[in-house]
Amino acid sequence: MNSTAVTDLNSDDQVAQWRADFPILKTQVNGHPLVYLDNGATTQKPQVVIDAVSHYYENTNSNIHRGVHQLSELATAAYENGREQVRRFIGAASVKEVVFTRGTTESINLVANSWGMANLKAGDEVLVTEMEHHSNIVPWQMVTERTGALLKVVPINDAGEISLDDVRGLINDRTRMVAISQLSNALGTINPVKEVIEMAHQAGAIVLVDGAQAIAHIPVDMADLNCDFYAFSGHKIFGPTGTGVLYGKEALLEAMPPWQGGGDMIRIVRFEKSTWNDLPYKFEAGTPNIAGGIGLGVALDYVSDVGLEKIAAHETELLNYASRKLQELPGLKLIGTAKNRASIASFVLDQLHAHDLGTILDSEGIAIRAGHHCAMPVMQHYGVAATARASFAFYNTFSEVDRLMDGLNKAVEMFG
Amino acid sequence: MMDLRELYQDLIVDHNKRPRNFGKIDDTTYYAEGFNPLCGDQLTVYLNLDGDRISKVTFEGEGCAISTASASMMTEILTGKTMAEADELFELFHQVLVGEIELDDDTTLQLGKLAVLTGVRAYPSRVKCATLAWHTCQGALHKQHDGISTE
Repeated sequence: MNSTAVTDLNSDDQVAQWRADFPILKTQVNGHPLVYLDNGATTQKPQVVIDAVSHYYENTNSNIHRGVHQLSELATAAYENGREQVRRFIGAASVKEVVFTRGTTESINLVANSWGMANLKAGDEVLVTEMEHHSNIVPWQMVTERTGALLKVVPINDAGEISLDDVRGLINDRTRMVAISQLSNALGTINPVKEVIEMAHQAGAIVLVDGAQAIAHIPVDMADLNCDFYAFSGHKIFGPTGTGVLYGKEALLEAMPPWQGGGDMIRIVRFEKSTWNDLPYKFEAGTPNIAGGIGLGVALDYVSDVGLEKIAAHETELLNYASRKLQELPGLKLIGTAKNRASIASFVLDQLHAHDLGTILDSEGIAIRAGHHCAMPVMQHYGVAATARASFAFYNTFSEVDRLMDGLNKAVEMFG
Repeated sequence: MMDLRELYQDLIVDHNKRPRNFGKIDDTTYYAEGFNPLCGDQLTVYLNLDGDRISKVTFEGEGCAISTASASMMTEILTGKTMAEADELFELFHQVLVGEIELDDDTTLQLGKLAVLTGVRAYPSRVKCATLAWHTCQGALHKQHDGISTE
């Protein structure tokens, strides 16, 4: 053993150590050890997150912010600590900029409804890309219809990339909002969001980055990225479902009207007129997902401990290996071959529909996704109804890619 | 879980590879477009009627093996049946797939060839694949041209 090997675990041992943190990865599915390659849909949860959620319900369950008893104080402190953990993870300037939501979808709807209804008017333009998830299309469609603003689309090329020239050509002095995903859930494309943000700002537009898919794979820092809004979901970064974050620059959030009304978001309620709570509570009506917020904070700390750079390095090797293996299979076509790609391999096979493939792989204990991935315009671009998608997390191994290939070969044999 | 071969029986694989009555009928008012929002599959079913008897059924579109085979077998089985008989068969097929009717010898006999599709009962997410063409055919029979969905 040389000196490098002493300080640096070899890749397999390192991944084995990570895998041990996730109890579900020991599961058998249909008599085979689970190969979980549906991380783009949701990620698995490490024991520390499961424990944090259980601990809250077993020891401190109570409503937050208004209780004067001890449990409520403990629950409030734990929940607000979760918010601080989020702030630290994304590099926000203040916890006032960290709004808890139910997920990316709710975060984007919040901005579309609150910022959009207050700021968009007839003739204004909102720019999205052709590769957006439905949740970064439909809220903008709804608000542009209501305000008379125009929704414009940056096209993708056949590799699944946007061109900055196209973006430049589509941004003008009527552009008010650019809403763009950082990492495409259907194609795996990493978008040049930093450049897009600069272009938009030069034209006086603001930018919402959909980080749902990126957050578990690409290190982000709000100060460096300089986007105006950033949305992500807790469950895609090893946290509980039903948790999400809307980051927004304080001045923008301050100027925006509340979206949902109710408890916790008010200061004083009078029938004549009510006044609103401070940030971020102005946007958090009703009792939130307290256990979820606590679990999300723990998940983000867990990811920081592992290290997103390490995660990204392992996943890149894994994706390269998988892409190479997949392309060796006759009749297989990768959908999404951008130069800059992460964690997702989307593909179609001749004579074999993604749905059948999904069922056949499932019988081998391999979980992938088959369908349109909530990105129907992407499917339309490639002229397919559905793709099969293997999406990786840092706990996936090279031998799991081999199992996927064995499963694919079996499927081809069955239908060949 | 059952053996995969019970889901993808040879007859299904065969109908998927060589779908029968695949194509369009021009000049008919009996057609409908069906959609499975789960997977994005779309197909169109066309019918010719002779009185209340179905004289010809065709389909076109893209789908998984289950949905293609089901559509293909449907075109064969419904040809020559009355509208009432078609409704009755669809009702039986549907109820068997969703588990409302037990699959005994009697039902198997009534289903005929369609019995090979009953393997999907073990795969709840795939039942809609097997029923898409049938839902769409119902739409075609009643001249409901679009908006047919498995949801």
